Amino acid sequence: MRSGLIAQKLGMTRVFTDDGQHIPVTVLKVDSCQVVAVRTEETDGYTAVQLGAGAIKVKNVTKPERGHFAKARVEPKRKLVEFRVDADALIEVGAEISAAHFVAGQFVDVTGTSIGKGFAGAMKRWNFGGLRATHGVSVSHRSHGSTGNRQDPGKVFKNKKMAGHLGDERVTVLNLQVVSVDEARGLILLKGAVPGAEGGWLRIRDAVKKKAPEGLPFPAAIKAAPTAVDAPAESQE
Amino acid sequence: MNLLQQIEQEQIEKALGGKTIPAFSPGDTVRVNVKVVEGTRERVQAYEGVVIARKNAGVNSSFTVRKISYGEGVERVFPLYSPRIDSLELIRKGDVRRAKLYYLRDRRGKSARISERTTGHGITPRVSKKAVAAAE
Repeated sequence: MRSGLIAQKLGMTRVFTDDGQHIPVTVLKVDSCQVVAVRTEETDGYTAVQLGAGAIKVKNVTKPERGHFAKARVEPKRKLVEFRVDADALIEVGAEISAAHFVAGQFVDVTGTSIGKGFAGAMKRWNFGGLRATHGVSVSHRSHGSTGNRQDPGKVFKNKKMAGHLGDERVTVLNLQVVSVDEARGLILLKGAVPGAEGGWLRIRDAVKKKAPEGLPFPAAIKAAPTAVDAPAESQE
Repeated sequence: MNLLQQIEQEQIEKALGGKTIPAFSPGDTVRVNVKVVEGTRERVQAYEGVVIARKNAGVNSSFTVRKISYGEGVERVFPLYSPRIDSLELIRKGDVRRAKLYYLRDRRGKSARISERTTGHGITPRVSKKAVAAAE
């Protein structure tokens, strides 16, 4: 398994194909996504790469975190994410992964944090039908109705679907097709919607339930070396 | 212009591909030449009617054309930048005071007519004060 990528959701738009169809797409931005650390079998007992993305002011980074970034010789990152990878798919620390990591036509899984809806009723949260509009129903048109039986069992079963907090949770959308990739600007266009608000951080990985196409960059699509070497030198000072 | 608007702008330019869309507004009569596929052959079919609505939303812009076909009202919504639109001709400017002419749906015959507009915006190119000053 190869590493994924951290991206930021820019928003949605549409793309016209040559035969006149239009595809609703979500535009994702890959901004200076670098390897900050690697986990190996010897030191950590598992293999993974830790990626960082986005810019953050140094003054807003804690001292221990600054040390962590300095060790990797990379600029401080806003978002840190770990991807489990195979031992042969480990990437050198400091390497910058480009949007070309994914190719047009392949399928990916996207994980993000959904938009928070606050305390939501059973109709919105669980698609309950609610009560009737007339026939003597008073005040409780949108209530959930009964929550169980009588003296036996004498309790409401655990996990009963009821009103409560909706949204603002980790959501993964499987099998989204990559429509196109713009390496120069670091853009990935995916068909369909992804979780979260615009500006939210997402992790993208190869689809686990689809066969990967031939010719994917392995272990990763690394951006030209100079940016990976020059930039960290400044953060050291 | 943010990145998303830039992408939309590129999409618009790609969709136009050199063709120009005449300035038209609700009330105008237009002929839309639509590419249709019949079996394996592709040909151009004209659809002529009154523009009753326009939506301006970048690459998502669209317009609605209404016509009476064999006594039955027909409305078609076209994406403005659709590659299926071969060309668009402006037949007649209409004199209306609404942006959305949905009231035409309830009308038939004489009362559903729109008088022609001969002056005002879109007919004589608007000259900006700056251009006048430059000319002097």
